[in-house]
Amino acid sequence: MIDPKTIADHNLTLDEYDLIVKLIGKEPNITELGIFSLMWSEHCSYKSSKVHLKKLPTTGKRVIQGPGENAGIIDIGGGLAVVFKIESHNHPSFIEPYQGAATGVGGILRDIFTMGARPIAVMDSLRFGPLDKARNKAIMEGVVSGIAGYGNSMGIPTVGGEVYFDNCYSLNPLVNVFALGIAKKDKIFYAKAEGAGNPVLYVGAKTGRDGIHGATMASAEFGKETEHKRPNVQVGDPFKEKLLLEACLEVMAKNLIVGIQDMGAAGLTCSTTEMAAKGNMGIEIDLDRVPQREKGMTPYEIMLSESQERMLLVAKKQEVEAVRAIFSKWDLDAVVIGKVVEGGRIKVSFHGEVVVDLPLQAIVDLCPAYRRPNAPAPFPKTAATGTDLPSPADLGPALVRLLSSPTIADKEWVKRQYDHMVHINTIHLPGADAAVLRIKGLDKALAMTLDGNSLYSHLDPKTGAKIAVAEACRNLACVGARPIGVTNCLNFGNPEKPEVMRQFEDTVDGLAEACRAFSIPVTGGNVSFYNETEGVSIYPTPVLGIVGIVKDCAKATGPGFKQEGDSIVLLGENRAELGGSEYLKILFNLEKGTPPSIDLELEKRVQEVCLKAIEQGIVRSAHDTSEGGLAVCLAECSFLSEDRIGCEVDLHEDLHADDLLFGECQSRIVISVKKRSVKELLALAQKMRVKAAVIGTTEGNRIVIRNRGRGLIHLPVRDGFRAWKNAIPEAFKVR
Amino acid sequence: MKFGVVIFPGSNCDYDTYYVLKNVLNQKTAVLWHKDHDLHGVDCVVLPGGFSYGDYLRSGAIARFSPLMQEVREFADRGGRVLGICNGFQILLELGLLPGAMLRNKNLKFLCQFVYIRVENDRTAFTCRAKKGRVLKIPIAHFDGNYYAPPDTLRELKQKGRIIFRYCDEKGRVTEEANVNGSLDNIAGLINREGNVLGLMPHPERASESFLGSIDGRVIFKSIISCLSRPSPLSRQKQKKTIEPAQRVRT
Repeated sequence: MIDPKTIADHNLTLDEYDLIVKLIGKEPNITELGIFSLMWSEHCSYKSSKVHLKKLPTTGKRVIQGPGENAGIIDIGGGLAVVFKIESHNHPSFIEPYQGAATGVGGILRDIFTMGARPIAVMDSLRFGPLDKARNKAIMEGVVSGIAGYGNSMGIPTVGGEVYFDNCYSLNPLVNVFALGIAKKDKIFYAKAEGAGNPVLYVGAKTGRDGIHGATMASAEFGKETEHKRPNVQVGDPFKEKLLLEACLEVMAKNLIVGIQDMGAAGLTCSTTEMAAKGNMGIEIDLDRVPQREKGMTPYEIMLSESQERMLLVAKKQEVEAVRAIFSKWDLDAVVIGKVVEGGRIKVSFHGEVVVDLPLQAIVDLCPAYRRPNAPAPFPKTAATGTDLPSPADLGPALVRLLSSPTIADKEWVKRQYDHMVHINTIHLPGADAAVLRIKGLDKALAMTLDGNSLYSHLDPKTGAKIAVAEACRNLACVGARPIGVTNCLNFGNPEKPEVMRQFEDTVDGLAEACRAFSIPVTGGNVSFYNETEGVSIYPTPVLGIVGIVKDCAKATGPGFKQEGDSIVLLGENRAELGGSEYLKILFNLEKGTPPSIDLELEKRVQEVCLKAIEQGIVRSAHDTSEGGLAVCLAECSFLSEDRIGCEVDLHEDLHADDLLFGECQSRIVISVKKRSVKELLALAQKMRVKAAVIGTTEGNRIVIRNRGRGLIHLPVRDGFRAWKNAIPEAFKVR
Repeated sequence: MKFGVVIFPGSNCDYDTYYVLKNVLNQKTAVLWHKDHDLHGVDCVVLPGGFSYGDYLRSGAIARFSPLMQEVREFADRGGRVLGICNGFQILLELGLLPGAMLRNKNLKFLCQFVYIRVENDRTAFTCRAKKGRVLKIPIAHFDGNYYAPPDTLRELKQKGRIIFRYCDEKGRVTEEANVNGSLDNIAGLINREGNVLGLMPHPERASESFLGSIDGRVIFKSIISCLSRPSPLSRQKQKKTIEPAQRVRT
């Protein structure tokens, strides 16, 4: 008998339980209840988010596969397609940072190669609490080495990403992992079980008791005692996954299978039920044949285990031996555990008895969708502009403090732990606005970036979301790439709280509006709710992964100044918008104000000027202004130039110095061009009705910024560079 | 001449190495599966980078038991050229074809970055096209690259000119700071007594196309090509540059 406590332990409401009984026409047994608890969890069912996610644009002429599969697929021409997705692994990474992050990488990579694509890049968006707390450092250290440990061993380069720091992530670190693969357009595989009588094969690692209830765990808040949840986190084996990758790609290349799905969250339960449901078929499996790592596992445990590095595939009936031979070449077992049948039910047997007999539709499609109540959050919207604030005596030290803020500071400490060069495609090493990869055999290059400023989203979720899209596209524009597709990871607190739900809805509205403006389809993503520990929620954190194409790989542009004597041109307008800035946060400990405004039409025109100029071959370097504003942007252009060339900048603005230097108003790009190309660039800008001004020259070994002749910044590059370079290593120094 | 790149189950620089040899340097290149017993008549065997068997034990510790390694050992004993890159170097150490062992990097972290290495001996088949003292900019990517050998081994390596590459700075100065992984005596690459087996931690295949930031890695492959493409061993011996350390010792 299932009592109310058992139902609650499975994170189901009594109403949901009653619905289950109605749908299946009987009281479920414990294994069946376990199956529902996984498939109806927030993590698997998107029950709180799906009514809203429908608002996102998902179509376009390049789209081969939109949301609903393991990953989205976009046509890139030349008979090739890119397969990409982002996923969160926040909860496990908090409990066990190394394995949590490592299995996050493993999971997203399986989502990619399950579709027939060879993964060629990983990026991560990481968010931690401030580094002055030992626990945050330990989490960051574990997460970074977990990502490195898995990705490096698999031989997939981690080519970029972002690392943000804020108090709200102290007990809720975020680990969002993006992966991208390349497939031949005519060799894409789907998670579909078709053809009655076709055998169902289990391949990869053996099943153990690890990770039971992982998906359910990710669908609830954490209290004080997270230690006991540690066994819910799986342990990764990248070597096994590498074997699985090669073997799966080989059986796919030889056309031996009809469908394939990885066993990630919700393991055997999710893969069997989803594949059969998608193919409008039924499925029968025998648990006695499932390879097991431990003795005495119950059907409940086998069905709910989230052991890593496992795949389920449906082979063509006559090809079973050929499939086995390939897996055996890679030292892996491939075991027939069942077959595809007619009839729309899943039947699971164990020791000769049927232990699960359920209609698939109830499990996969009929989970209730909630339009949860929403209410506006009491945002601290006090206006904050430069004129309200005491101006720091000297702006130079303020700039140095910003440069050494971990969010802005150099991330080499992180990046060099990742193999970012394997596959020999990485044109821009991490640190550029977007990662750029050549595609062997084609002239074009792929660009990709992850973005999202959660402080803006906290202050105004809709604007924050729009800016996240705009900035990601701007980052692509800076390297010379036009966006072709989006994946997003939406990280929020408890959706049962009305103010969190409101943040989520506003965010989705903002994303939808911005993606439509840029005409880019959302091909999938992930929603992570319940990022709350001890009642403290994260800021709403939408992370956008946007992929683009650089037409001519030779023209891909970087952020660093190239040569002394080049002219520096600022595209876009300087406005007094200091709200939500890193400047207020770092210097005044203020996380408030109105975040910068965003005009998507203007943004598009600014990006178009940059793109056209790059395509015309006149741009030497391009970098957008983001956290830290114009002053930080100029400093980075210098630090990222090979010879660390400084700059002399003269502005003519009627703005307070703080606003001008550190305000984060949007739609601005700093471009350096040869002197003789200035005219061409300005003409281009004028044609696109974009404000553009020559603001200075690349020269010397200082960063000098003046406004109307008054000196604001006069900083030796060496000093700024040291602050920027050393901030994170210093925080980790053993004292 | 013909190269052969060995593929272990967890190799991940195999295709990169193959691509550079075949598509960038236009060399005949074969893929050698670790479970086979056939070297397909290659003239130079390359053990590529990666995590041959996951490297959960010691890097390269299991790979040395792969069936093909028996052939590679015999090939090396016959004087065949073997190049081990990164994990390939670690495997050569485990195989005993090169002396010493690898420890964890001194900062206990994986390191992926460009480094500079100095050519310490240009009288080898792997460096004959690079002048002694030349500084090469080549990336590393490893967790266990902190080379160690007992004092008498080190002494012999030094005396016999068997240290082929040392970590250095941009200007070629062999400094503590440039020694990012903490290797004994800044050793980045070394050769066997006979001069036909070289292991190095940096990845020359990652520095063979200009858009990747350096083409300095090519000189290693090109040295092998020019050395092995010569008509006969006799005429080879006449050329001063190609006298290998072992031959020097003998004469």
